[in-house]
Amino acid sequence: MAEELQVQQKREVEKKAETTTPGRVFVPVTDIFETPEALTVVLEMPGVDRNSIEASVENDVVTIEGRIDSTKYEGMRPVYTEYNVGHYARSFEISDKVDRSKISAEMKDGVVTIVLPKAEQSKPRKIQVS
Amino acid sequence: MLASFNDPFETLFALQRALDARTASGWMERGTAAIGSFPPINIFQKNNDFVAVVELPGINKNDLEIEAKENTIRIRGRKTIAYGEQASVHRRERVSGVFDRTLSVPIRIEPGGIKAEYRDGVLALFIPRAEADKPRSIKVN
Repeated sequence: MAEELQVQQKREVEKKAETTTPGRVFVPVTDIFETPEALTVVLEMPGVDRNSIEASVENDVVTIEGRIDSTKYEGMRPVYTEYNVGHYARSFEISDKVDRSKISAEMKDGVVTIVLPKAEQSKPRKIQVS
Repeated sequence: MLASFNDPFETLFALQRALDARTASGWMERGTAAIGSFPPINIFQKNNDFVAVVELPGINKNDLEIEAKENTIRIRGRKTIAYGEQASVHRRERVSGVFDRTLSVPIRIEPGGIKAEYRDGVLALFIPRAEADKPRSIKVN
């Protein structure tokens, strides 16, 4: 049998400042990979729909926030639980290699994909060995 | 019981507290299920029926199989992650692979009536309780 999948415990966001609304915020599980053209950030935010995502770039920092809709749980009484739910937030520093005007984001099945295209001058070049 | 749901700012907080209070509750004690199996499941009671909510982001619906009988529900499937051929990975936190989890619930379920819905990376199973298993109120003469 193939290796069994393990449950990942949700990690809470460490607050730099007090928030005005009560409730916990979680760090979305993230993959980051690079291709010759771009840097791609993939974040898992189960329960967040397309309209509840906010992504911004400020001072070389990309911030992605996702909000869940807790009213969906109205009238439901928990009897057994293994995980908690809450909003998500995570930030990444980006270098000046990224072309900020071409950043794009996409959301599907609770997974956000942010593509950070590289600026023309920072694309890799093969170096000839003579 | 869930606290007041009237204040939108309090709603999430109340929900988080309610979820915490039932973490690994004794509800499934006599069952064979163990905490820590993938995927993580929360079970709620809604009127006389039950709802299981499972976090499974990034799954292809066709890779998901759900079976139900008497008092067990089996959820199995595969989660695949593709980076593309030319990709070099900087950070890898997401997990992928196969999973197969069986859940025995301490109620009789109506297997024909189970409905599954997958949206925004969350699988919701609506589990109707078998008619014979529903609580009845007894009239005192």
